[in-house]
Amino acid sequence: MSLANTRNLSEVKVDEATQIRREKRNNAIRKWLTVGIFLLPGMLVFIVFVLSPIAQTAVYSFYDWDGLGPLTNYQEFKNYERLFEHSAFIKSVQNTLVIMVLSLVIQLPIALMIALLVARGQLPGRKFFRAMLFIPYVFSEVITAIIWLYVLHPKDGLVNTVFTSLVPGYQNVAWTSDPNVILYSVFAVLVWKYFGFYMILYMASIQGVPKDLEEAARMDGAGEIGVLRYVTIPLIGPTIRLTIYLSVLGAIQQFVIVQILTTGGGINNSGSVIGTYLYKYGLQRFKLGYGSSIAVVLFLFTFVFSILYQRFVMSRDYQDD
Amino acid sequence: MRTKLSLFLLAVLMIVVSSVSAQSNVVVRWWHISTNPPEQEFWQVIADEFMAANPNVTIEITVLENEAFKSRLVTVMQSGEAPDLFQSWGGGVLWKFAEAGLLRDISPELDANDGAWRNSFSAQSALALYAQGDATYGVPWTWGAVGMFYNKALFEQAGLDPENPPTTWEEFVAAIEALKEAGITPISLGGKDKWPGHFWWVYFAIRLGGEEAFLKAYNRTGSFADEPFVKAGEYLQSLVEMGAFPENFMGLTYGDQFTLTANAGAAMELMGQWAPSLYENAAPGVLGDNLGWFPFPVMPDGAGNPGDVLGGGDGFAVGKNAPDAAVAFLQYITSVDVQRRAAEIWVIPTVGGAEDVVTDNPVFASIIEARNNAPYFQLYYDQFLPPALGSEVNDAVEVLLAGMATPQETAERIEEMASFELE
Repeated sequence: MSLANTRNLSEVKVDEATQIRREKRNNAIRKWLTVGIFLLPGMLVFIVFVLSPIAQTAVYSFYDWDGLGPLTNYQEFKNYERLFEHSAFIKSVQNTLVIMVLSLVIQLPIALMIALLVARGQLPGRKFFRAMLFIPYVFSEVITAIIWLYVLHPKDGLVNTVFTSLVPGYQNVAWTSDPNVILYSVFAVLVWKYFGFYMILYMASIQGVPKDLEEAARMDGAGEIGVLRYVTIPLIGPTIRLTIYLSVLGAIQQFVIVQILTTGGGINNSGSVIGTYLYKYGLQRFKLGYGSSIAVVLFLFTFVFSILYQRFVMSRDYQDD
Repeated sequence: MRTKLSLFLLAVLMIVVSSVSAQSNVVVRWWHISTNPPEQEFWQVIADEFMAANPNVTIEITVLENEAFKSRLVTVMQSGEAPDLFQSWGGGVLWKFAEAGLLRDISPELDANDGAWRNSFSAQSALALYAQGDATYGVPWTWGAVGMFYNKALFEQAGLDPENPPTTWEEFVAAIEALKEAGITPISLGGKDKWPGHFWWVYFAIRLGGEEAFLKAYNRTGSFADEPFVKAGEYLQSLVEMGAFPENFMGLTYGDQFTLTANAGAAMELMGQWAPSLYENAAPGVLGDNLGWFPFPVMPDGAGNPGDVLGGGDGFAVGKNAPDAAVAFLQYITSVDVQRRAAEIWVIPTVGGAEDVVTDNPVFASIIEARNNAPYFQLYYDQFLPPALGSEVNDAVEVLLAGMATPQETAERIEEMASFELE
């Protein structure tokens, strides 16, 4: 009797356990279903407008295709072979890298320094400077480029006019076409346009640094430089890492300003970047297959960089949240 | 329930009504690049007239600046959505669209009534550039020749005879030296837009090698690295070394180029038939009767005929989904009446019955003479050749003008692309 009872009891227990498990599984299914239903619209948009175009581009890159008719001339890796042999592409990659490095070592430090000046401190009229310095970022890229075309005009531009009246014997410089200076003109305009954006990011971050920490450091005898070096800058580290990431991606993707300022890359592609190279040799010349191979290389580079940077540099910042 | 049903019926009715009205109202999407105000106004007037005569037709005009037009057309063509009527220079670029089936063949309309429309064109060689095989995809409405515009007053100031402009290379070089001595910039050029510079290289090649050298290179029995093309580069290089062009000309745009000529800042400019209208608009009344025109000088030992002409003009091509009204409107644009009125403003008529309007203008008269009598008429390379090769010519010549490549390297660079693009 007791034995039968225990058996019964254990059977009941097993049944209960199965039921609980079943319920749990049902719950899990329901949960994933809910998640799935909520994800679906966004996922569809992502697949249709992001993933499938990337896949299509990858397919096009194996064809000699002018973009007008059906895909016919399959040619394996020929587009990629031509790409890596093309001196203009190598030049464009070099230029992109130069802009990237200059952005990191010049643009970001300038933005940080100015942010330190205008975020707090005793600089008179710092609200005015804050607004003035941010204005360029508000302009559209096309307007920025056209304004600078006038400023840098080889004959009547503002820059040449000013130098002519200040420097005796000054020879006008063709800022946006002379192959020796074109890239630096482009870089100067990019700095002018974008440093305001980084300045705002830094400012917001600096204002979030607790005042008492800095006070404490000063009480312990740290000078202003010491406070900056050991307190303020480490505390805005996440923002600095983020701006480095944005700046690198921005340099790789740069197109509009370079396209207009250099009229499509400049003499012998002296001012060409990857974006303008893609436009000129892919789209304008009706070589969509070739253009796709450029896009694939660009995509892979950006993708690998993003993953590595997020994995090894920015992962700490995410954990903090 | 009843309100829902009636709402549904109302919606159905609205859809039916709107599709009916869409059938009877035809929209013609027209892209042109005449941004110069008088020209732009003229096209608007013509469109308004046509819409008044055909109340069911709406003409939607998109005016684009030349460079912007070229970029935008490429993108819409690749999406398969050709405008109904759009600017075209004919030649290789247009043929590429035709091969992809993006254009409408208008030869039935051209050949209707015993070919009345087709035969109205005096510039038949121009019409041929809009055709491939038996099909024709557009028509030219202004056609001319590239030649040397010059400022007679500045010639006189430099001690040159303004009524006897240079005809040979030696005389041309002498004129440049004289102008320089008088402190006048001899030739206006904006290198940044590339195509004005390519006129020079191509014209030298036409004078030196003639039709034969080009056709050999084009048909791949010869090469773009052959002697005439290399020598063309050498002559162009010598002009740069002479200081014939303005300071920093590689940084100037075409806009800078014609503004300089218009304001009498340079004595000569190698340009097409549209230039006088731009001069007049940029600096009204400055050039006036002082504007003259002469053909590109004859080169020593040149194989080309002195009458050979580099040139082209403007036409409108017809997109594949264009309604009949678009073709009818195109026919109206090239009617004798509209051509005569357009000729009063800037057009060099392509229709025989309208030519006499411009012949009392000595500049236009000489351009028409050069156009109609040319033994060999070469369309601009950047339109005649496949797009990739045409723009490589522009790029290569730009580098040559900047002094960063030798004439030999320039020719070889073009040949390399030609061997890839022309089969």
